[in-house]
Amino acid sequence: MQAGGYDRGLKGLKTFIFGTLVEHKPGVLQKVSNMFRQRNFNIESITVGPTERGDIARMTITMRGEEEDAVQLEKQLRKLIDVLEVKLLDPSETVVRELALVKVRVEDWRARSDLVNWANIFRSRIVDVSPDSIMIEITGAPSKIDAFLELMKRFELLEVSRTGITAMERGLNRIGLK
Amino acid sequence: MLELSGSKALVKALEKEGVSVIFGLPGGAIMPVYDALLDSGIRHILARHEQSAAHMADGYARASGRAGVCMATSGPGSTNLVTGIANAYMDSSPLVAFTGQVPKAMIGRDAFQEADIIGITAPITKYNHQVRSASEIPSVVKKAFLIATSGRPGPVLVDLPKDVQTEVAQMEFPDSVEVRGLSLPLDPDPELLKKAAELLAGADAPFILAGGGVRISNAHRELVRLAELLMAPVGTTLMGKGCIREDHPLSVGVIGMHGSPLANMLIVKADVLLAVGTRFADRTTCDVKEFCKEAKIIQIDIDPAEIGKNKRVHLGIEGDARKAMAGLAEELAKRLKGERPAHWYERIKQVKAKLHNEEGDGLSAPRLLRRLRKLLPDDAIVTTEVGQNQMWASLHFKAYGPRNFITSGGLGTMGFGFPAAIGAKVARPEVPVVDIAGDGSFQMTMNSLATSVSEKIPVVAVILNNGMLGMVAQWQRLFFRGRYSAVEIKPPDFAKIAEAYGAQGMRAESMEEFERAVKAALGSDVTTVIDVPISPEEDVFPMVPPGCKLEDMIGV
Repeated sequence: MQAGGYDRGLKGLKTFIFGTLVEHKPGVLQKVSNMFRQRNFNIESITVGPTERGDIARMTITMRGEEEDAVQLEKQLRKLIDVLEVKLLDPSETVVRELALVKVRVEDWRARSDLVNWANIFRSRIVDVSPDSIMIEITGAPSKIDAFLELMKRFELLEVSRTGITAMERGLNRIGLK
Repeated sequence: MLELSGSKALVKALEKEGVSVIFGLPGGAIMPVYDALLDSGIRHILARHEQSAAHMADGYARASGRAGVCMATSGPGSTNLVTGIANAYMDSSPLVAFTGQVPKAMIGRDAFQEADIIGITAPITKYNHQVRSASEIPSVVKKAFLIATSGRPGPVLVDLPKDVQTEVAQMEFPDSVEVRGLSLPLDPDPELLKKAAELLAGADAPFILAGGGVRISNAHRELVRLAELLMAPVGTTLMGKGCIREDHPLSVGVIGMHGSPLANMLIVKADVLLAVGTRFADRTTCDVKEFCKEAKIIQIDIDPAEIGKNKRVHLGIEGDARKAMAGLAEELAKRLKGERPAHWYERIKQVKAKLHNEEGDGLSAPRLLRRLRKLLPDDAIVTTEVGQNQMWASLHFKAYGPRNFITSGGLGTMGFGFPAAIGAKVARPEVPVVDIAGDGSFQMTMNSLATSVSEKIPVVAVILNNGMLGMVAQWQRLFFRGRYSAVEIKPPDFAKIAEAYGAQGMRAESMEEFERAVKAALGSDVTTVIDVPISPEEDVFPMVPPGCKLEDMIGV
């Protein structure tokens, strides 16, 4: 395992991101998440979606733990027959993104203008406006979304929906079939 | 291309896999398959409970090295298989289970006898799959057997909705299939084998620990060659018992909580430990952090996830045990020049001599098992239940072959031994098969007497009858101030029960009677139950108390 995890300052544990290719069929997400629960892995997020190939889906898994937990997780993933490829992604060589929808109650025009300013600074987009609320779409590294949400605490947060992490290596590196 | 119903295609696919026997029990949702079985040469052995069907198939697999097949209906039929599947999973046994399922349109509606067996068995199977259209069946069957038997073996479950069984489709039977997510084992890295050979050649007190993986990959000859080259003692895990003949001068017995004193005393003195096909299970290592703390450990395993999972090792080698040990022996032969130092071998002999087992005529479990060994031919198969009977068998019944000692190691399933004995007898009808049982375990699956009698599969059950759930009672004596809680079981008259099923029942109250009963059983073509009363207070010793290290063994 050459790639290391990165530290988000949480109890000294590192965060590791795995890119995986899996069979695109019902029940696979259950098998994968069931294995995490059964073997006591500390999973932060799993995202899954189709790929450029109809029979293969891509899952991005983020876990927190020690180096040896990550090694064990990779090996246990490989043992699942429906998992076709697993790669531990090197955070310095990987683009990591998450999307969040954030809904805030803002009735006062002054607060509303602050909010719009901050949203612009974070390069997020306002996707819905009502007389009493604003919904913002923000994309970025998870730490950026954390920071934005921290700021939003000054307002009345009505709802937050985060997609979880998706990731892709830079350059010509990619997750290929074994 | 052939136009066939799903159930006929299933039977044909099983025939093509060389399946000659299925253990099962029918029910509504699997009836089309049972109908198709009537027109096939495959023998069906009717269990009286699906759990036993799974254990029979597991026993068959362990005795033969081939996949065992079991079958059940949907709902309770499938959930009854669960213990048997989990048992096979923990001990890496190739089991292929087929379950009926309610028709596709009924799935998810809580239909009669519906159970989500795919969800339920996901964590205890190597792979499971629900067939959605009949035309998939030939390739699904082929994949199921490939997955169950390749690499580290394990159970596979195939769920068959009833409408898929009756659906007629064009069937193509492939000669081979590719499973793209299945990683087949790599050849062991020659560089790592060289490193391992260096370590072992330089060792002063090498020790070989052989696990179930040695049995599974038929590496017993390579194991002995390696041991003799090194003049190293060989201990086994419970799953590896018999991989080296236990009367071989270098064999020291089973390691662990109830390991042989010889094995436990010597392994802790090793400077280089070669562990093959073992996951360093807690019952083997006891306190895993303290286990062989000073030794350099080399681990060979076909499953990369086992390397370093429970115990950090100095050198991990992925690959098949037989290939790895053969390669290692070659490398070692190049490096070992002249005689091996004799002091280590002398030490084995010394300790062996000190641990002379006393003989006598009282009916103690150890004496009974040592006598049983003398009465059985070398190639007899012994199965055990779980608890005191199993640990006594491990300590006092010497196994002389790699597939001759069949026991539930990982899951520790009481009730496994008797149906497993039936399965083993089907696999190897030419040798006697004896289940070493306790009165508690035997009661869990003794309705399999009906199967053994009506299917004419004669096996022998020796019940070490102490009227107790003996191992729990032992722990209550040792660790709960002797307060017995729910362990006294006042067993029934097992001889009468055997007779009621049409088997032979005997009770042996002296060593002489025991000998006579065993001889009569071996000469008979009917299943025989031999009930032997033993003391309710007898403990299995030696023992490493829970949480302690091997060195802290008591009761030697």
